[in-house]
Order: sequence, then structure tokens, then C-alpha cells
Amino acid sequence: MTTRTAAPAGPVAGPAATVRPAARRGGVWWLPAAVVALVATVLVAVTIGPADLSVGDVAASVAGHLGLGGVLGLEPLGTLQDGMVWQLRLPRVLTAAAVGAGLAVCGVVMQSLTRNPLADPYLLGLSSGASLGAVLVLVAGLTVLLPVAAFVGAVAALVAALTLAGAIGTITPTRTVLAGLAVSQLAAAATSFVIFWSATGDSYREILSWLMGSVAGATWTSVAVTGIAVLVLGTLLASSGSVLDAFTFGDTAAAALGVPVARVRWLLLVGVALLTGALVSQSGSIGFVGLILPHAVRMLTGARHRLLLPLSALCGASFLVWADTLARTVFAPREVPVGIVTAAIGAPVFALLLWKGRRIA
Amino acid sequence: MTTTATGARTATTGTTPGPRGLDAERVSWSVGGRLILDGVDATAPAGAVSGLLGPNGSGKSTLLRVLAGVQPPSDAGARVAFDDADLLGLGRRKRARVLALVEQEASTDLPLTVLDAVLLGRIPHRSLLAGDSDADRAVAHRALATVGMTAFAEREVTTLSGGERQRVHMARALAQEPALILLDEPTNHLDVAAQLDALRTLRALAEDGVTVLAALHDLNLAAQTCDHVVLLSEGRVVAAGDVRDVLVPDVLDPVYGVRTEVLTHPRTGRPVLSFELPG
Repeated sequence: MTTRTAAPAGPVAGPAATVRPAARRGGVWWLPAAVVALVATVLVAVTIGPADLSVGDVAASVAGHLGLGGVLGLEPLGTLQDGMVWQLRLPRVLTAAAVGAGLAVCGVVMQSLTRNPLADPYLLGLSSGASLGAVLVLVAGLTVLLPVAAFVGAVAALVAALTLAGAIGTITPTRTVLAGLAVSQLAAAATSFVIFWSATGDSYREILSWLMGSVAGATWTSVAVTGIAVLVLGTLLASSGSVLDAFTFGDTAAAALGVPVARVRWLLLVGVALLTGALVSQSGSIGFVGLILPHAVRMLTGARHRLLLPLSALCGASFLVWADTLARTVFAPREVPVGIVTAAIGAPVFALLLWKGRRIA
Repeated sequence: MTTTATGARTATTGTTPGPRGLDAERVSWSVGGRLILDGVDATAPAGAVSGLLGPNGSGKSTLLRVLAGVQPPSDAGARVAFDDADLLGLGRRKRARVLALVEQEASTDLPLTVLDAVLLGRIPHRSLLAGDSDADRAVAHRALATVGMTAFAEREVTTLSGGERQRVHMARALAQEPALILLDEPTNHLDVAAQLDALRTLRALAEDGVTVLAALHDLNLAAQTCDHVVLLSEGRVVAAGDVRDVLVPDVLDPVYGVRTEVLTHPRTGRPVLSFELPG
């Protein structure tokens, strides 16, 4: 067996192939490093913008509200500055972090389950369904109901897509993608129709901002919804590493490794849908995070999911916080929807990844 | 590599002592009302390389998938036994510790190293929340050594040639430490040296006590390698038994629609087949 291979033995695939595995061996340090980066990102991002805030001010405000100000001996912040940190920026930054983390994890799961490098959390028509629900209530002037309508829309899209995929036969990766595409297109057409038919000048900007995705209106309620969703569902999804690994060589290989393929696929798709629905209900459909982040992180960690899932979550969180910081500062005092920023960064990065090698397609 | 295999066998205390290999009875499978497998009885003796032969569409791949538990048989009367254990009744993970399936075209576009690909074979052996243990890595390295791919451990699967990739898949199957290994066309798309190489590995495994059943297209490779063969045609078993009894003109000609001549290899004494179209 070895006779033929002895001669060309050793890594001969050029520098790329020799460097990456070596980088992977340092893998234990990626997670702590990403945690530190995320904490620093949150603290620094809150200081950025009008009003001169320092990281110390942010720490003081947070400590004060957690009742730790006295213990840590930090000077309390002025009411105005404290309000800016605690009521405006911190909820926004934390929501961005939770949404980014959730989208990145969902992206990894969807790409692995469908074995499709172009898959993202919105694959099953979730964002289109959420958009339809959101636009309906915005047009009706019932803005209060927006998160509920978006969540219901996302779940309805999932049910429609899975019913359609299941009606064709066994839910295979290809059928999942195609059914999601059909539902997505239908919901998008309905959304366009509603906007075209009944949107007024006032609701246009609101609708557009929602469709592009934004965390500008984030409150502590948004933090609670997205944070709890990410902690509960995200942790469940992130612990499915071994199972997702088994799908690397397809459904049959996974089944032969003892994975109950159909049940696992249903469970994970429902988990992705619920998490994405919760995120979208607060932020609208922010694109490219769930598509790009998994690929970028995979270049660091390789394709095994045990490290890929949590690291994607942490990097996705930091990424979206910075993207949102850009969204609110670059054209200050005007804001752009963060979805425009993620697309502006994500699309070229995606092109670069494609160009750098056949790694993902 | 075969500790589990022998362990599993000594544990079984049937009426007949010793390993019995794979014994499948009345296996049927249909899709959309079309019968793909029609009551197949097939055996693969323990510690031997058995060949599953038959023309395109005769049901070889489907039979392997049903035997591997990937697809349930469509008839409740089916029975698949391995060394007295009921394979169909076994839980998925337990089954994955007894048998491994090497598919015909399993590929990935993901940046996966050879070692990581082989470590996937350890999934049935550990908790779903656990990572790779040192023992898992040791088994994976041994499996790589068995197929002669040790030097490739850190290479990415996507950079390998077809023959090298086939060996990685075999190593992944070996990492499952199976007592039974099912392979679908393990020599497909391989050059002649790589084909012989793959089959030599199978023979070595069989000598170690693993039961091997491989679907093969090339009848001459089967003649050279297999001890026992099962010939399928249109979802039924046409003939089964010793390779010298099955690979004969009377059996092969009607199944493949060719005229077969059987010669004897002057050195090995094994049959060598030559074919021509009739008429």
C-alpha cells in the first residue's frame, strides 16, 4: 500500500496547504482571543460617536446600573452621559452583538446542513416571510406589532418551505434550497405588491430601513429578545458540532455514522428558523453576516464544527457591532441601515474569498 | 484494528462457534412502486473479501445502502444478521460501531484535513458533545497507516487525487473499527495501480478478520480478488458462491448480454475473463 506513496510523501500542495493546518493547531487560543476582542469591541463601540465618552465612563455607567459602582470605587456618570450610554448606545451595541452572533451560527448550520456554500440563515425564505409580516403592519400603521408580525412571518415561511420540501419527498439538501427559494420569491412578490399598493410617503423610509436591516431603534427589550434567543437556541445549535461534522460527506455518510439524518435536519432547521425569526423581529433582515462570517472563520479553523460554531458566533458579534458603528458614524448625523454596510463589506469580501481559491465553491 | 471485531465475535455465544459473517435474507426495496431489490438473499463469509457483482442498475448500491441501515428495507420480512447480531434491529450508533460504509462518490468542498476527515469515523464511538480524545487520534493515525496515508495527515482532502481520496474514505471507515465493511465501487475512477492497491488493502483487512463486501464493476478485478461473489441482476440474486463457480459463461452471458471466455492465469490459477459482444 505504501510503496507508491512513499516518494511524493509530505505536504506538496504549496504554501496555502501547509500554513493552514499549522494555524489550526493554535486553535485553543482563538476562543479566548475572540472573547477578549468582543468585550473590547462592545466597550469601545459605545464610546464612539458624539459626546466625549471614554471606556472608563462606559464601565462606570454599567457598574452603576449593576449596583457595583460603589464596590469598584468608580465615579458615577452625569445623568445625560449615563442616559446616552445606558439607554441608547449600550442596548444598540448589545443587540448588534447578539444579532451578529446568532446570524453567524445560523449561517454555519445552514451551510453544513445543505452542503451549500451559498446558504445563509435566510435560505428558507425566513427573511422574506418576516419582511412580509413587517411591511403589512407598517403599512397598517401598527408599528408596535412589528416584532411579532416579523416573527410570525418568518415561522410561517419556514412551515411553508418545509411543507413544500416534504411534499416532494424526503427533505434533501437540494429540495430544502429549492423550496426555500420558491417561498422566498412568493413572499418577496407579496411584499412588493403591498408596498406598491398601499405605502405612503411616510412609511416608505420606515419600510426601506427595516428591509435593509437596522438596530437603530434597539432597546433593552431588543437586547432581551435577541440575547435570550442567542443564549438558548444559539447554544443548542452551537453544541451540534459533532452531528454537523457527520454531514461533511453528505446525508448517506452521516447516516452511516449513526446520525438520525431526517430528525436532526428537522430539529436544526427549526432551531435556525426560531433563532433567525427572533433576530429578524428586532433588527430586520441584515444580510451577508450569516453568509460571509462562516467562510471567513472556516479559513482559520478548518471545517470541523466544534471550534467553528462558537468562534463564528463571537466573530459575528464583533463584526456586526463594528458594522453598526460605521452605519451610525460615517454619514453622521445621518444614519444608514447597517444592512447596507454589511453588504458593502460583505460582497467584496465574498468575491475575494471566491477568487482566492476554490475553497468555498 | 480488529480488536472490536474479535471482541464482538467472542462475545456472541451462538450454537455455531466462531464468526459467521454477513447473512441477509429476503431484502426488498422499492421506490415509487418500482421494485429495485426483490427478495435478495446474500451472504459474505467472515474474514473474506466478497464481491457484489451485476450490471448497471441491478441494485448493488441499493443493497449496500439497505445492509448499512441507511435505507430501511421495504418488506418487514427482511433479516440482516452479522455474526448472530440482528443488524436491522441494532440502534444507529451501535450499528455504526459494527459496520462501516464506503460510498462511491462522497466528496466535500470544505477545507478539511485528511486527519480531520478520518476522525469523523470516531463519531459513533463517543458522546456527541465530546471532542477528539487522544485515543480517537491514535485510532485515526493507525487507520491512516493501514492505507498508507500517514504522510498526508495534514493535507486538505480537496487537494488529493482520486486514489488518495479513496484511501482517505477507507481510513475513515477503518476509524469506525468495524467488523464489517461495505464498499460501493471502491475502484471506480482509479488507475490500475490504485485499483490493485485498494483491493490489496481489502484483502489485508479480511486477513485481519474483518468481513468485506464490495460492489465491483470490473469482473476481472473480482476474479482476482474475491473469494466469494454474489451476482445481482434486476434486483434478484442470479448466482452466489465461490468465484470460480459464478464467473462462468453459462451464468455471466445471459446477465451481461456478452460472450465470455474464461482462461486460467498461469501463475495465480485464478480465472481471467475475456468478453465479446454476441453475433
